[in-house]
Amino acid sequence: MTPIVQIDHVTRRYRGMTALDDVSTALQANTITGLLGRNGAGKSTLMRIITGQEFMTTGSVLVDGQSPLENDAVLGRMLFVKESQIYPDIKVKRALEAASWFYPSWDHALAQELVADFELPVSRPIKKLSRGQHSAVGIVIGLAARAEITLFDEPYLGLDAVARQIFYDRLLADYAEHPRTVLLSTHLIDEVANLLEHVIVIDHGRIVADASADDLRGRAVTVNGRTGAVDEFLAHREVLHRQAIGSLASVVVTGPLDDLARARARDLNLDIGPVSLQEFIIRTSGDARERISA
Amino acid sequence: MLDEGTPLFLQIAEQLSSDIIDGTLTEGSRVPSTNEFAAFYRINPATAAKGINLLVDGGILEKRRGIGMFVTTGARDRLIQARRKEFAEQFIDPLVVEAGRLGIDPDALIEMIRRPTDRRRTAEYEPLISSTPQAPQTAQEGEAS
Repeated sequence: MTPIVQIDHVTRRYRGMTALDDVSTALQANTITGLLGRNGAGKSTLMRIITGQEFMTTGSVLVDGQSPLENDAVLGRMLFVKESQIYPDIKVKRALEAASWFYPSWDHALAQELVADFELPVSRPIKKLSRGQHSAVGIVIGLAARAEITLFDEPYLGLDAVARQIFYDRLLADYAEHPRTVLLSTHLIDEVANLLEHVIVIDHGRIVADASADDLRGRAVTVNGRTGAVDEFLAHREVLHRQAIGSLASVVVTGPLDDLARARARDLNLDIGPVSLQEFIIRTSGDARERISA
Repeated sequence: MLDEGTPLFLQIAEQLSSDIIDGTLTEGSRVPSTNEFAAFYRINPATAAKGINLLVDGGILEKRRGIGMFVTTGARDRLIQARRKEFAEQFIDPLVVEAGRLGIDPDALIEMIRRPTDRRRTAEYEPLISSTPQAPQTAQEGEAS
């Protein structure tokens, strides 16, 4: 695995608040990485710093070994699709045309297909588009540009479920044919979980998980059964969440469970269930955990 | 189609194995490509590749350079042997446990297995899920944008 983006000890402080707190991670070349976390966790700040649109207070970011700050050679290989991208007052087709000049790998045919998929009115000024159509313009550019490193920051504002599925399917299909590095920030975790090869979870400016999606899936399990049996099974396992109804308890514990633990659970008549990526993140995001147990 | 919890690449390998065991994929036939799997299951191509490679390592599939991936000779027998080993733990143990909970003793259980027609008739008395197809509801989703 070759990191194409290396992030070392990045801290970003604003007056009175720390948006990123000693963040170190890396993006592997030609993988789709999910950047997950709650609103305000620091996802957008990190993406702006990677793309040289914002300064960090301390730390370093290297894209293919070079700093992205005011570095056209590096910036030309990256594309950042923002949540609320601001475009000049031009028509959709002019915006696509302008993007095609900027990105050497631009695929005109793909852009046309995407425009048809999203039913984008190409002759309409961008400022007259609906919220969802506005987002679709960003997605068309983000995919058709085939930039070596593409960052999507919650790119689906206003897009309905059908349009979002088009985005996911098109992203996967085009990525399969033309592998490239993709960083996708989202809080619709269940929707994208299967698309991701790697997952970075950020909470209050700190990285709380940084692992392959497959690893994260096994990091927690639910244990259900009679309270007494559940407690006996738990012993000194780390409990992420607990709920009870009558004499029954359901707890989320850190996994994975080995064969011995599974056999023990069977003997105690306990059911072991999976925990989705989304639930894992809810259970490990500090704030939520404190509030639930409070 | 895919469940949460079990690593996706394992599910891909399991699904392919099942297709080989039940004859959907015959020995010597070509298996869909990694990208075809990825698109079909809507998963990352690297995950699909991991599942396929598991079967390559197990000698169930073989790569033929430039042509694709094929089911090896003897793959079905090997898979059946492997599945038989897991059969008791995966199917018999939970069956016995649930039967015990319901007060069905082992003899009665064996009798139920031996006489599937009786079992079906019993099931018909208490249909839990209606088998009559329901008219689809008018779609009101897909907000106009």
